[in-house]
Amino acid sequence: MTTHPILAALRKHKAGVVLIALQIALTLAIVCNAIFIIGQRIERVHRVTGIDESNLFLVTQQWVGAPDGDDAAGVAKLDNMQREDLAALRNLPDVASVAPINSLPLLNSSWNGAISLKPGSEMRKGGNTRTTFYFGDEQMLSTLGVRLVAGRAFTVADVQHRSMHDQTEPTVVIVTKPIADKLFPGGSAVGKAMYLDGSTVPTTIIGVIERLQVPGTGSWTNTFAYNATLEPLRIDANYSRYVVRAKPGRMEAAMKAMPSLLYKINPMRVLDDDSVKSFADIRAAAYRADVGMAILMGVVCLVLLGVTAAGIVGLTSFWVGQRHRQIGVRRALGARKIDILHYFQIENLMIAGAGALIGVALAVGLNAWLMKHFEMDRIPVVYVLVGLVALVALGQAAVFVPARRASNVSPIEATRAV
Amino acid sequence: MLTYYIELAVRNLKRSPGLTLLMVLTIGFGVAASMTTYSVFRAVSGDPIPWKSSQLFVPQIDMWGPTGRGADGEPPDAMDYADAMKLMRDHRAKLQSAMYQISPSIVPADAGKHPVNTSGHAVSSEFFPMLDVPFLYGNGWSADDDAQRAAVVVISSKLNQKLFRGANSVGKTIDIEGKDYRVVGVLNDWNPQPRFYDVVNSGGFSTGLDDVFLPFDRAISLGMANDGNTNCNEIPKESGFVGLQRSSCVWIAFMAELDDAASAAAYRQYLDGYAHQQQQSGRFAWAPNNRLRNLPDWLDSEHVVPSDTKVSLLVALGLLMVCLVNTAGLLLAKFLRRSSEIGVRRALGAQRNSIYAQFLTEAGMVGMAGGVLGLLLTGLGVLSVGWVLPKEIATLARVDFVLLALTLVIAILATLLAGLYPTFRASRVQPAWQLKSN
Repeated sequence: MTTHPILAALRKHKAGVVLIALQIALTLAIVCNAIFIIGQRIERVHRVTGIDESNLFLVTQQWVGAPDGDDAAGVAKLDNMQREDLAALRNLPDVASVAPINSLPLLNSSWNGAISLKPGSEMRKGGNTRTTFYFGDEQMLSTLGVRLVAGRAFTVADVQHRSMHDQTEPTVVIVTKPIADKLFPGGSAVGKAMYLDGSTVPTTIIGVIERLQVPGTGSWTNTFAYNATLEPLRIDANYSRYVVRAKPGRMEAAMKAMPSLLYKINPMRVLDDDSVKSFADIRAAAYRADVGMAILMGVVCLVLLGVTAAGIVGLTSFWVGQRHRQIGVRRALGARKIDILHYFQIENLMIAGAGALIGVALAVGLNAWLMKHFEMDRIPVVYVLVGLVALVALGQAAVFVPARRASNVSPIEATRAV
Repeated sequence: MLTYYIELAVRNLKRSPGLTLLMVLTIGFGVAASMTTYSVFRAVSGDPIPWKSSQLFVPQIDMWGPTGRGADGEPPDAMDYADAMKLMRDHRAKLQSAMYQISPSIVPADAGKHPVNTSGHAVSSEFFPMLDVPFLYGNGWSADDDAQRAAVVVISSKLNQKLFRGANSVGKTIDIEGKDYRVVGVLNDWNPQPRFYDVVNSGGFSTGLDDVFLPFDRAISLGMANDGNTNCNEIPKESGFVGLQRSSCVWIAFMAELDDAASAAAYRQYLDGYAHQQQQSGRFAWAPNNRLRNLPDWLDSEHVVPSDTKVSLLVALGLLMVCLVNTAGLLLAKFLRRSSEIGVRRALGAQRNSIYAQFLTEAGMVGMAGGVLGLLLTGLGVLSVGWVLPKEIATLARVDFVLLALTLVIAILATLLAGLYPTFRASRVQPAWQLKSN
């Protein structure tokens, strides 16, 4: 079939053609970018934390009228209170292990710094490795369920304690593999010395864990998302956090037992609704905005595609009605049903194709504009190409019903006066 | 005449119910998506204190120098203790307050109850008049109380409800962190969003409520820990809360009221003079790099409106645009299908203007119907944003008269706009040609 008669016919109703093509172009531009946003959010939400997330929960509590921890006696008292809590939690039958900890991945409360191979380097100067810090005791690794790939875990003898405001650096730490690889490319990091936060006193790496995500989920953590340093340290402050691994299937019971147990040890403390939180809840809270944005973009895409498909059906139906007589004439002159069907399909292919090509340019332009004004990455070509194919396919699907109706026009129409 | 056009329009719309329904749905969805996202955008981009925002200023001092600046040369967005105290002492603004976030626990008088955690701010006495904070009972504290480090507290109406069942509690005492405080004021439902006086710690929006306000100097002297962010360019040389106060770590928010351009300029000059003096004394090894932004500019520079909200609004507006193009196409089809009818009317003496009036009436009615559907969908949309958006933002989105009126007006205007070209085409129909072909 030649395209010449189709083109000639299209010239007769330019406005309708332009409107459909424009609609397809705009739809393609928006849908491509929206799906790209969805893809990025899904990718973010599926980042692994490196910990074993099942059966894990976090307890956060605050003591009332506790010493401020600025003097030795206060620190000792705070540490005693903390150890009392730990002992009681570890005694629970539903609990597998417990560790004091300052934060967890995705908790968005973090203590960050930098590592250097030189003593006394300025923290913000280039060349330093950014890291987040996790403080905990000898049970931290096993409770989190992170995988040690080199060296050893902390032992009871490694564990120190200090006030929150005390800046003494530890003598031994465990780092994640990304840090080890960055500091000592090609070699083993275990047993090597480095300097934390511009300190002049060296700290030795005793172990390397495979992976552990930082607590922050904002885009500012993207450059060091898996740079974590673990210190064998109980932090003594007027609040404390305990990460608890329950025995399989016993998490709910263990979580329920927490408030009364802690109040029994010491009633002068604050526990609120958020004090005992499963890791699943922490994860959901951290990614709520991302999931929400993905859903919103998904809804917009569906409405857009629906509206565009309906528009194509509507306008093509009108054209079919308008050309009833001509179709009848063609049929009377020997055109088969399939020829009429193909006519409308090819016509739609040409309009949708032209619209989609303009849409590709618009999609890239919109993406560039979003990149300039918002935190957005360059859209991969594959999204645009898939969008192009999808919209052309949508056009073909939408045109099928009116085109079939056209192909069913009887040749007798040719003889009828309008 | 209008009733005649309306009657005609209804009859014509009824003649092709499928096409009419399609247009109404298109307009309804397009408008509802835009208005729902707009309701969220409106909620987060609003001015929290419109009558005064241009007189409230946030100073920034560059105490970190080049190594601590942001990518665009921005100094830190909070203050260290030394600089904040210097600004407080010099008192060059009409009203001013340094503030930091605290979360003291309150021990209820009733022995059977567990202590509760509250969040709040340590502020100066001028905080309340500066921000026009509304009081239900009592007032803020005096400058004298600031100087005396008096054990006084201003509490929220919510905390007052919890502790005193909503009764006037001025003069009563509450136990905060083991010490007795005299209540001097109870706030009257004050929860501005964005939390403009401390954007750095709240990120703008917060589901929590500030329950207690204590004198700044008292909180410092008691060593009440900072519950907000602490950012350091270098590790403090001394330990403890005192070490933090002597360090260049930033953790204090600051706000000043400057009533006219002249006083703002004078304050700017004062800040530069101060930084200059610090440079001469050797504390700063760099030229002054201060900022003094009024509240709207400050909220803007802190990116208080989440970029997700802006992108959603843009995408929804794009959707509306596609819906309009779609409606234009459908109206074109619908109107031109009636070419012969138009031909007859024109031949019988109808003016072009009458054709315009008739078809725009029809488009307007489609818009009206789409708008009514849009109202319902917008209501539904605003109710369900809580499912998808972060709570602190979703709870701010509201359906009100302005939003509903806007929905209807936009639906009708947009449909009329979409109907302009199809109507123009309809009015150009040649009567002779139409009659002949019949």
